[in-house]
Amino acid sequence: MSVDKETVRRVARLARIAVSDAEAEKLRADLNTILGFVEQLNEVDVTGVEPMTAVVAMKMKMREDVVTDGEMPGAVLANAPAAAGEFFAVPKVVE
Amino acid sequence: MTDLTALTIAQIRDGLRAKAFSAIELTRAYLAAMEKARALNAYIVETPEQALEMAARSDARIAQGRDGALEGVPLGIKDLFATEGVHTQAASHVLDGFKPPYESTVTANLWRDGAVMLGKLNMDEFAMGSSNETSYYGPVTNPWRSKSSNAPLVPGGSSGGSASAVAAHLCAGATATDTGGSIRQPAAFTGTVGIKPTYGRCSRWGIVAFASSLDQAGPIARDVRDAAILLRSMASVDAKDTTSVDVPVPDYEQAVGQGVKGRRIGIPKEYRVDGMPAEIEKLWQDGIAWLKAAGAEIVDISLPHTKYALPAYYIVAPAEASSNLARYDGVRYGLRVPGDDIIDMYEKTRAEGFGKEVKRRIMIGTYVLSAGYYDAYYLRAQKVRTLIKRDFEMVFADGIDAILTPATPSAAFGLEAMALASPIEMYLNDVFTVTVNMAGLPGIAVPAGRTSDGLPLGLQLIGRPFDEEMLFRAAAVIEDAAGHFAPEPWWNT
Repeated sequence: MSVDKETVRRVARLARIAVSDAEAEKLRADLNTILGFVEQLNEVDVTGVEPMTAVVAMKMKMREDVVTDGEMPGAVLANAPAAAGEFFAVPKVVE
Repeated sequence: MTDLTALTIAQIRDGLRAKAFSAIELTRAYLAAMEKARALNAYIVETPEQALEMAARSDARIAQGRDGALEGVPLGIKDLFATEGVHTQAASHVLDGFKPPYESTVTANLWRDGAVMLGKLNMDEFAMGSSNETSYYGPVTNPWRSKSSNAPLVPGGSSGGSASAVAAHLCAGATATDTGGSIRQPAAFTGTVGIKPTYGRCSRWGIVAFASSLDQAGPIARDVRDAAILLRSMASVDAKDTTSVDVPVPDYEQAVGQGVKGRRIGIPKEYRVDGMPAEIEKLWQDGIAWLKAAGAEIVDISLPHTKYALPAYYIVAPAEASSNLARYDGVRYGLRVPGDDIIDMYEKTRAEGFGKEVKRRIMIGTYVLSAGYYDAYYLRAQKVRTLIKRDFEMVFADGIDAILTPATPSAAFGLEAMALASPIEMYLNDVFTVTVNMAGLPGIAVPAGRTSDGLPLGLQLIGRPFDEEMLFRAAAVIEDAAGHFAPEPWWNT
């Protein structure tokens, strides 16, 4: 399976990364190299094999559904590139 | 005055208790060593004022008889760990200026035990790399050099800064992380000891995430005993990390010196790869001979799906990374590049903020998770992963206590030697190590020999889940036989 320039552009859009034409071409080549490498996984007989979803077999740990954290807007906004009051400020999202 | 930076963590512990020197004197010695070694670029940020404050508090506690397990021990911290109020950027431009208002659980454990922070160590950007050449802060140089050339060598990656700093005596020990080999491979390239514990042994809370089902923190240290001492402090179950496991943390140091008599060591035939250098094969045979001489039974074993671990990893890890790195969008922290609208801001910020290797992996990850490809790639890779883990489970069920393999397919290579190579060639550095992350098992790299050019080579031991003690036992046997070696300090002249 190999990718074309259209696919690279689509994937870049999904990944929200701006990609120039030159970069897109390089990425297309790299992606194809990597996809070529992982092709060999098709040799493996995976009939009846469950995908690994837990590295260590364990029951999901639960806790009481109570608020134990928060009320610290200063700390939350401390690294903000742009803040306005107790909000992160961003360019307009909705027209 | 003896060179205090020559002392191991175990020796520091004895020396401080015997009042042979103070924690402040020890930290000062390290700060001086760091100043002279900037050519290695092991540290991104040095924290001398904080280090001296912490050392002063250690001296006070020692005087009151309240010293902890790591009291006064100066450590370097990989830039992936959140250290409160201190630069934490995963060696990336996209996290420009980020200073976390919280501490990672692993480093909090170290400070709880009295350790001192010297600074944040260089690494491959977002832990993606095997040579520490992808850092926004420039590459790290291996303190080791070949006998036949002064050309700079890579320290391995992604924990290249950690491994270099430990080997060059710029810290008594360092924290590191391992997703596909990022502790074990640089340890092998620098003649140091590095252990990636079982998945779930150390909390991942406060560690910048790369691949959440593979990442694990661990120490890099000068010898097996020091690595055991550090791991004991680092490990803990954590309510803030639901993947951390509630298993008691043993005193790992006790395992050092307990030997391997009567233990069964597996030698997997699939780790003998085509074109493996003769020196690596000989190293492996040496390791086998030493363990046998120490009373272990050597058993040939088979791990049939070994060769599929690397391709499966290069689907699973980038997929998880594409999800974990989606948060770097210029909104809440780090770099923000202005855009015409919010999507433009995201796209420009991420384009400028991420390096080439990171972008490549995000793209591959996004592709394999996208509609129409998820089953063919990600789901299949996760099924292969089950088979890889099953290979190990069967071998352990058969009574194997640990598995011995080479750690890397070569010694440290030259800086920029792989600049024009295909990405796969760089990925092949992890061929012996990724299997261990895919199976969630513990693995240790221990120095075992040198190339004809004088460069260090390491062996790897893989253990049962939560049986790090067996790894320390076996690694100590190899260390006793192989001896210690340290690089010539060329950077000080």
